[in-house]
Amino acid sequence: MHDIVIRVTNLGREYVMEGERINALREVSLEIRRNEYVAIMGPSGSGKSTLMNLLGCLDTPSSGEYWLNGQEVSRLTDNALARVRNKEIGFVFQTFNLLARASALHNVELPLVYAGASGTERRRRATSALTRVGLGDRMLHRPNELSGGQRQRVAIARALVNEPSILLADEPTGNLDSTTSEEIMRVFGQLHAQGQTVVLVTHEASIAAYAHRVVVIKDGRIESDLPNPSVAAA
Amino acid sequence: MRLIEAVRMALNAIRVQKLKSFFSLIGVLIGVTFLIAVVSIVQGMNVYMRDRFANAIIGFNTFNLRRQPNIITGNVTDDMWRNWQRRPRISYADADYVEEHITFPATIARFCEDRVEVWHGGKVAKDIDLVGTEPTYFDIKRYVIRLGRAFTPQEVTTGSTVVVLGDIVADKLFEGQDPVGKVVTIGGLPYKVIGVVEKQGTLFGLSMDKFAIMPYKAPGRRLICPINILDQVSIRPNNPDSIHIAMAEVEGIMRIRRQLKPKQESNFALETAEGALEGWAKISKILMTALPLLVGISLVVGGIVIMNIMLMAVTERTREIGIRKALGARRADILSQFIVESATLSTLGAALGIATGIGLAFLVKALTPLPASVAVWSLVVGVAVGLGVGMVAGVYPAYRASKLDPITALRAE
Repeated sequence: MHDIVIRVTNLGREYVMEGERINALREVSLEIRRNEYVAIMGPSGSGKSTLMNLLGCLDTPSSGEYWLNGQEVSRLTDNALARVRNKEIGFVFQTFNLLARASALHNVELPLVYAGASGTERRRRATSALTRVGLGDRMLHRPNELSGGQRQRVAIARALVNEPSILLADEPTGNLDSTTSEEIMRVFGQLHAQGQTVVLVTHEASIAAYAHRVVVIKDGRIESDLPNPSVAAA
Repeated sequence: MRLIEAVRMALNAIRVQKLKSFFSLIGVLIGVTFLIAVVSIVQGMNVYMRDRFANAIIGFNTFNLRRQPNIITGNVTDDMWRNWQRRPRISYADADYVEEHITFPATIARFCEDRVEVWHGGKVAKDIDLVGTEPTYFDIKRYVIRLGRAFTPQEVTTGSTVVVLGDIVADKLFEGQDPVGKVVTIGGLPYKVIGVVEKQGTLFGLSMDKFAIMPYKAPGRRLICPINILDQVSIRPNNPDSIHIAMAEVEGIMRIRRQLKPKQESNFALETAEGALEGWAKISKILMTALPLLVGISLVVGGIVIMNIMLMAVTERTREIGIRKALGARRADILSQFIVESATLSTLGAALGIATGIGLAFLVKALTPLPASVAVWSLVVGVAVGLGVGMVAGVYPAYRASKLDPITALRAE
């Protein structure tokens, strides 16, 4: 076990758009330890989405190194990255990104399908993950039969089902009302309390306030990286 | 990802869009329907032509010596016809000569026929095939005597006025009564009914039971052939493998008898069941050659339709692909998912095509005299073709899907 889950050094990402070079991210260095609860904050265009895509292994950096759980992942092939995403990262998206045609259970089983788990194993683990987020009685419902909060919980169960090193949530409350947002943030809090490493990407200070450490990104650089005083005090 | 999972996902995707899926597989459906239906009918015809048509008319392993062919397939020109009409007919003496000179053991039946009316007690059976022949004829035609008996060689020699009736004739004239021992009138002369032949059924919708069989030397011969003349001599060699050698021998014997020079054509015909099938063989060959072409065209069209549907599906489901990639699907997983989906769709089309094809074949069988019998190989080909078309049509859309960038795909609407 590595105590440091994420180690990023001098990470950079360039895009070429209509012949122009855009540095979405410059020389970002960051370490996240096991069981940390980190919020990455910044206004739109700050580069926080780019950082999230890199941390989530959906994208590869133009420069720098990214060690995830002791493995250098910045130069991996597509297939190797797919495996890393499957095993090490649990995504939670703003728009839930559930498969509309599939039941909650099937949605949660999906990462296990790509992990190559057997049918009974998938069922067992997906059921347990859904129970963990309090949806044990809604497993056979389809997303359109669930409320926004419930959908996001299905997505969280899906993110957890392969026991990833990090839970990576991109504006997880962006499509939810304030009551439901609180409810979802409580789920993240519980997961963190159970030992889960949580990385939250958001532009809302009220959401970032739930995290124990807040990293602020601006113009592709880290502007500040501080413990959250309100939580630290609590 | 395992195949079963991929097929399950594919069936799910198809179920969600039933109507669209149905239209997309209609091309394959039509192609396979056509394949199955045509093969079934041709196959049925093959069996029918061999077992019923040729053998019912000529007899198993038998050849006929005639003035001209009886079963004509293909065009007969006026010249050919006139030439045939000029030929000498087969005489009793010809038959005796052949019988004396052949060196192989064989069953021989002299034969003459024409259409007559058969009367009994004020009832008439019209358009009855009156056959003058020998007892061996029953053997060659594989007629089973249902009631009574066949006539004997003695009755032939003495020209007895006895007759064996076809099933329909007996039914029509005697309506369930036992006809054996009763008397029918043919051409104004009384004939004693001595037997009835078992029902033969129909051939292309025509009854095969409308006949009356009498000794060829019976007085009624004047109704069917000129004096001392025969329509044909049926010869069945005891060894069925030697039929071609036997035919060559009979041809030689007849040429000698008619004193034909080597360059002269034979002025008689030797006809076999096999020969009668030649025309059909030609037709079936043309059909079977054209079939792959026709099926191929509809399958190409069907494949293009499926490919377009799959391309649309990839576009519509870009986000789904993004989600799957984010959750750890490799390129190969996405590739196989869409190929399996396309193949499942197409195989489903093929399966429906097989069902409608068989249905069509049996509809044809029920509504027309044409027979139908489903060929197992055509079912295998149908499924294989469906699978193949689907896989080929799915490759390009699946490749496009697998190449999608997960970030872009996740942002798609």
